[in-house]
Amino acid sequence: MEKESLIEQIQSEDGIDRRGFLKCMAWAGTATVCMLQGGVLKSFAAEDAHKIKMHKGDFTFVQISDSHIGFNKPANPDVTATLKHAIDKINALPVQPDFVLHTGDLSHLSNPDEFDTLDQSLKAMKTGQVFFVPGEHDVLNDNGAQYRERYGKNTKGDGWYSFDKNGVHFVGLVNVMNLKAGGLGSLGHDQLEWLEDDVHHLKPSTPIVVFAHIPLWTVYPDWGWGTDDSEQALGYLKRFGSVTVLNGHIHQVMQKVEGKVSFHTARSTAFPQPEPGKAAGPGPMKVPAEQLANMLGVTDVNFIRGNHSLAIVDSTLA
Amino acid sequence: MKTIVLFVAILASTLSFAQSPASNAPAANTVTIDNFVFGPMTLEVARGATVTWVNKDDIPHVVASTTGKFKSRAIDTDGTFTYTFAEPGTYEYYCSVHPKMTGKIVVK
Repeated sequence: MEKESLIEQIQSEDGIDRRGFLKCMAWAGTATVCMLQGGVLKSFAAEDAHKIKMHKGDFTFVQISDSHIGFNKPANPDVTATLKHAIDKINALPVQPDFVLHTGDLSHLSNPDEFDTLDQSLKAMKTGQVFFVPGEHDVLNDNGAQYRERYGKNTKGDGWYSFDKNGVHFVGLVNVMNLKAGGLGSLGHDQLEWLEDDVHHLKPSTPIVVFAHIPLWTVYPDWGWGTDDSEQALGYLKRFGSVTVLNGHIHQVMQKVEGKVSFHTARSTAFPQPEPGKAAGPGPMKVPAEQLANMLGVTDVNFIRGNHSLAIVDSTLA
Repeated sequence: MKTIVLFVAILASTLSFAQSPASNAPAANTVTIDNFVFGPMTLEVARGATVTWVNKDDIPHVVASTTGKFKSRAIDTDGTFTYTFAEPGTYEYYCSVHPKMTGKIVVK
């Protein structure tokens, strides 16, 4: 609670008029729950979830990521079970989210039966609506045709789109296609042009939530954890008072605040990956069973809010 | 809640050149993908040679020529991709899903 008052104080000092707050609750590692009341990022421990007070016009959503259905190796031979565990957690939330964002790598190999298993699993979720963006594992072999057929109907280009919810503008971006040798994730000219046009008409006070698979900030370029042209995309969002960027791909929680932009990556529901540079490569971490449960499921209180300051919080590998 | 098998990592040596001299002809034209790296990063082969890529990672990779000359499907763990180089030249390639991974085949 102490942290909450701090965040509100910082927020009021920057002189931006917001109609409320965005509360973000990162919990249990399996998902990130965000409560939107306007433009500030807030976090709660899972045990504090019941303290969230809902007002008229408020809503919550959940982010899950990197289910990798089809993966069957150490340290998680049963990724369907851990996804189910995540869904059970979401269903047990005291406040049911209005919708879920899945930030990509639904499947491991883009196989139809993997997507089928994911669909079957998601049916157990009380929340009916799930929004997707593809990960690189979802667009193998067919440039994402099957992904778009299943999850990207009515989207533009490679599967990008936007929608509005209670005055908040959500933008789903695709940065896993047409990657260039030696480079990072890529949005590409067409998508950037669309994004510029998409947000052009919005008032600066409109809270923006951008979600995409690969981080839209440079986490660790040696492992490809970044997006080559994300700066241009963020340039189009500069005039907005509140921008929240949600990503997956790196299978661990990281946060950064830069100006009015809060970046957050979610854990995987399938397997953990090493902290940047702390392994020979970014492949799945092979951890003992009791550690795996923590790395996919431990309560993680993340609180980041700086005033023109930059902060990164590494996930605890407890 | 869920059953998770505790694995003890037993990593056998997978280096393709660890073979007896008499039978090393096919392995000589092999690129091993390990820890998100093509090894060797530059491979020299004779004209007409068939190169085999073997994926030793738990993550699928795709071998793609930077000029579009050849491209594999997703190569899963222990999966392979082969391509025969009929003409001399330098052929640069990368993993199209992890583009930081790059390599080169030099055909003499």
